[in-house]
Amino acid sequence: MATNIRRPDAETRRAMLRSMLRVRMVEEEIVERYGEQEMRCPTHITIGQEAPPVGVSAHLRQSDYVFSAHRSHGHYLAKNADLPAMIAELYGKATGCALGKGGSQHLVDLDAGFMGSAPILASTISVGVGVAWAAKRRGEDRVVVIYFGDGATEEGAFHEAINFAGVNRLPVVFVCENNLYSVHTPLEIRQPNRAIHHLATVHGMEGEGGDGNDVEDVWRIAGDAVERARADGGPSLIEFATYRWKEHCGPLEDVHLGYRDQAEFDSWVEKCPIVNYERRLTDEGVVDTAAVADMRTGIADEIEAAFSFAKESPFPEPDALARFVYPEPRAGAAE
Amino acid sequence: MSERLITYKDALREAQASCLASDPEVYLIGLGVPGPTGIFGTTSGLAEEFGEDRVLDMPASEGGMTGVVLGTAVSGMRPVMVHMRVDFAVLSMETLVNQAAKWHYMYGGKMRAPLTVRMIIGRGWGQGPQHSQSLQAWFAHVPGLKVVMPATARDAKGMLIAAVEDDAPVIVIEHRWLYAIQGDVPEEHFTEPLDGAKVLREGKDVTLAGYSYMALECMRAAEMLEKVGINAEVIDLRTLTPVDGDTIAASIGKTGRFIAADTAHSDFGATAEVVSVAVERAFDSLRKAPVRVGLPYIPTPTTPALADLYYPRAVDIARAAVELCDSDAVIDDPPPETPWRDVPDPTFTGPY
Ligand SMILES: Cc1ncc(C[n+]2csc(CCOP(=O)(O)OP(=O)(O)O)c2C)c(N)n1
Ligand SMILES: [Mg+2]
Repeated sequence: MATNIRRPDAETRRAMLRSMLRVRMVEEEIVERYGEQEMRCPTHITIGQEAPPVGVSAHLRQSDYVFSAHRSHGHYLAKNADLPAMIAELYGKATGCALGKGGSQHLVDLDAGFMGSAPILASTISVGVGVAWAAKRRGEDRVVVIYFGDGATEEGAFHEAINFAGVNRLPVVFVCENNLYSVHTPLEIRQPNRAIHHLATVHGMEGEGGDGNDVEDVWRIAGDAVERARADGGPSLIEFATYRWKEHCGPLEDVHLGYRDQAEFDSWVEKCPIVNYERRLTDEGVVDTAAVADMRTGIADEIEAAFSFAKESPFPEPDALARFVYPEPRAGAAE
Repeated sequence: MSERLITYKDALREAQASCLASDPEVYLIGLGVPGPTGIFGTTSGLAEEFGEDRVLDMPASEGGMTGVVLGTAVSGMRPVMVHMRVDFAVLSMETLVNQAAKWHYMYGGKMRAPLTVRMIIGRGWGQGPQHSQSLQAWFAHVPGLKVVMPATARDAKGMLIAAVEDDAPVIVIEHRWLYAIQGDVPEEHFTEPLDGAKVLREGKDVTLAGYSYMALECMRAAEMLEKVGINAEVIDLRTLTPVDGDTIAASIGKTGRFIAADTAHSDFGATAEVVSVAVERAFDSLRKAPVRVGLPYIPTPTTPALADLYYPRAVDIARAAVELCDSDAVIDDPPPETPWRDVPDPTFTGPY
């Protein structure tokens, strides 16, 4: 067991800063290029919400599994899933992580343990629970992390799934990124005045809420939850307060729509998870300006390469249309 | 009388405004209904005009909320529930199929469920496997539900009003690609029948019958066919329950050739029923086996490279008609106006 579980070491802190920067810079590049109309699929930008996936993933092994929903880029990238394959998927290319069939809403990378994402609210939550159940039944040493938004917790499927996880003490960490809105609808008119993580108790699991713009708060809370799951201590529901900067779906700003006001928006930009963390690590001497600049250059090169790969990749051939409706017999399978 | 051209989208908005104004029991509910983008503009401004207690948002709980809404309907209210995509309405299937459809019948006619559910179907811009399905046939399979698919702006208004005024649960299925298309629509409160197809164009060589957006594609196909000397009759099928056998049989009586087009998979879809009705009602008039035009039995691919191959278009209907008419005419594919055919018109820049 790690000795200083409550506090990340310097190397982890640098890695978390870099990972958040990487998610941010990938998203910024998508925002920059979306208007070229070559990424032709609904795309939910996660700028502002980088801390939860990074703080959670810091505790995960490659063999642990992650499920996500529509706003999945951060979850995918923080789990070390394949960046070029993700960008190619957004471009609808044959080299995409789902061969172009899924787009931004259906990322997958089994090698990295990113088990899938789907935009029907709460839908992957129960599937993730089933995967955790299978892992437990087979005695596998595996933790399953399931990400979702505040809106998804209003679906019956969410409650049914976490109830089952609670009954069976499954090795799951339910991670709710509460960004206050479901599309344009504020939380107050959708849920009673109680914290979402308080639902944990009634479904028989631990629950904790934290600052979703402070990656170390996330790291601490997620660390407890992942460790609990790994030690067969049952599931947890953890909730992080955070905020989406872009429009619900697409690359644009949307404060002008009027459902959230400029003052609220500005106050969250003040709480930028990356700017503040960079400042803190700089102040504490964990990184310096040159080190951060190096990070940026390295990430920019990686992103440039990923976009070039995506743009140069071929589109799927016409015969791909009818493939995979039903599985073909497995190679070597007995008759 | 002079024409009054408005879009399909505005026609839907007018229908709801008109129902809210004429009956205090009517209310609208659904995710984003009073919100700033107002269900692609179809509910914009209605909360301001009629009040937030009649034009309501809701938790993301389609399953339970359908029961809640049904409860208000059996209490005598007239709810209009809206799902931005039919794919989300799948979560409300239990209540629609087991409850709403049957309460009138299974309680011996003692209760009525005057519930209207608007469900939006569509395609394009990589909406992919879970955001672009056309599930109308699912609902039509359940006795007790009425399922209608207005194709014109006039029907969008008149049928939606008729749906709200009908005492049965009515599912109104709207295609996103019709929203910007204009039609002549009366300003006043009026209804269009919830049964019966409409002949949009008279012809003698072949019958093209389509649902929703595919009725429009049938009209476009008829224009292509006109240029090669084939005179097509076009039927807007309008409703799944019932399929209008009279209109279909009368048309086949003239043409002897029948093509049915739908926005969904042909397999086990609405056109399976339409063709059955055509064969049962007009077998002796058919000169060749009827043809269906619909989606292949494949989930929607996201990449435009495959989606462009996936969706049948007017040209496919026209070519099917040429073959059915034993003609050797060649129908040219009109040059695409956009790099991919995944947008309703060239002004669209995505995403939905
Ligand atoms: C069952 C279902 N209903 C509605 C939608 C439409 N929809 C897509 S994302 C979204 C908002 C979800 O909010 P939340 O879970 O808080 O995630 P966020 O977008 O804020 O990250 C909605 C309503 C959907 N995808 N699935
Ligand atoms: Mg949210």
